[in-house]
Amino acid sequence: MLARRIIPCLDCDLGVPGGRVVKGIEFKQIRYAGIPWELAGKYYEDGADEIVFLDITASHERRETMVGVIKKTSESVFVPLAVGGGIKTVEEAREVFNAGADKITVNTSALKRPELISEIADRYGNQAVVVAIDAKRRYALEDGRQIIKTPQGPCWFECSYYGGREFTGIDAIAWAEKAQSLGAGEILLTSMDRDGTYDGFDIPLTDAVAKRVRIPVIASGGCASPEHMLEVFQRTDAAAALAASIFHFGEWNIGNVKNFLKERGVNVRV
Amino acid sequence: MIAIVDYGMGNLFSIYNALNRVSANPKIIDDPESLASADGIVVPGVGAFGRCMDRLSRFEGALLQAFLEGTPMLGICIGLQVLFEQSEESPGSKGLGWIKGNVVRLPEGVMIPQMGWNSLSIIRPVEMLEGIAEGDMFYFVHSYYGVPTDKSVISATTHHGVDVTAAIAKDNLFATQFHPEKSGVKGLKILENFVRSTRC
Repeated sequence: MLARRIIPCLDCDLGVPGGRVVKGIEFKQIRYAGIPWELAGKYYEDGADEIVFLDITASHERRETMVGVIKKTSESVFVPLAVGGGIKTVEEAREVFNAGADKITVNTSALKRPELISEIADRYGNQAVVVAIDAKRRYALEDGRQIIKTPQGPCWFECSYYGGREFTGIDAIAWAEKAQSLGAGEILLTSMDRDGTYDGFDIPLTDAVAKRVRIPVIASGGCASPEHMLEVFQRTDAAAALAASIFHFGEWNIGNVKNFLKERGVNVRV
Repeated sequence: MIAIVDYGMGNLFSIYNALNRVSANPKIIDDPESLASADGIVVPGVGAFGRCMDRLSRFEGALLQAFLEGTPMLGICIGLQVLFEQSEESPGSKGLGWIKGNVVRLPEGVMIPQMGWNSLSIIRPVEMLEGIAEGDMFYFVHSYYGVPTDKSVISATTHHGVDVTAAIAKDNLFATQFHPEKSGVKGLKILENFVRSTRC
């Protein structure tokens, strides 16, 4: 049986030489966390099942810096590496794959041009394409929306792009299904309402998407404790839980978290 | 020298780095002639069976020669599947056929591709699995799996809807459906075992 995965996420600011890992709160305030390849190495040693690098600067000139980060990381980290941020074409994806990435994460560029998903999947396989969705609750009853019940009231989920700065009007659940049909191998689902809040994962959102698609869903946004990971694995079919701050700044490391989960019956790799 | 066969199917960086990490002397080889001087040969692979075989065909003779001469060989992922006679993925394409049997699709109702960490059941402990315990987890990414006619070549399985061939051992040949180069410390251990076998 496949293990539930624990994935640390490195939000990378590539505007400085070599890059640096930062973490925002609700997509805004920024805190410095470390050097990308060093943190990746530490998380690998701690037992990370995979590592995600997101270029939050997402500018074309900085692709070279990301390529350097991935090359350096893949010399000493032997778990899958996923890389995202500003990749708009198969050619750009190729640079990152050639540096040692196993998966590419696309968000804004796929919302603007969905065929990008198929193009990368055709060349590198479905497993190599992760579609990242940043979803925001909208407490409004609108026609054609997938309305989900939550303890806070019924809502639909709107996809955001450009790092949470703009909204698309697109229903996140419908988009996840479409991404799957276009060849996405995985959905990285971030709750914008929870990201950086330390309130735990958005369970209704994760549950709704994981029920709707057959591909793995990675839950993201709001994790501040092993209890939050336990909750998302017990209450939803999420294949993986992604977190940043808990590992960057918290008192928990990946090894402790996995032991905690294993003791409570979650199938994890320890 | 350990040869990593480069037949134009994707990223060899990971396996190169992983072999480097276990103090091998890996070299990416794109001409069949150079295989003759290799102490060990790694056949990696991603992509579809047919496309892999098309591109691997120019190495077919040199690989067979090395196999028969007893050069330790390691197939990874599609590098395991191409050892079989054929695959449901690419009807009409012939595999290397060193292992009798076919490659079939994972059953309906399970997640396809199987992607993630799954545990090994050790069927036949072989030198390549030294230091690996029952239940240790490895990283899999695949939609098809090999079903050998002679079950005795299976050295480990995993479970994904059905029992899935995870590792095959036959003479100087070892092959894994999972990716040892992406399977953390346990994966490196298998690569270390392979490198050691090339020095005996």
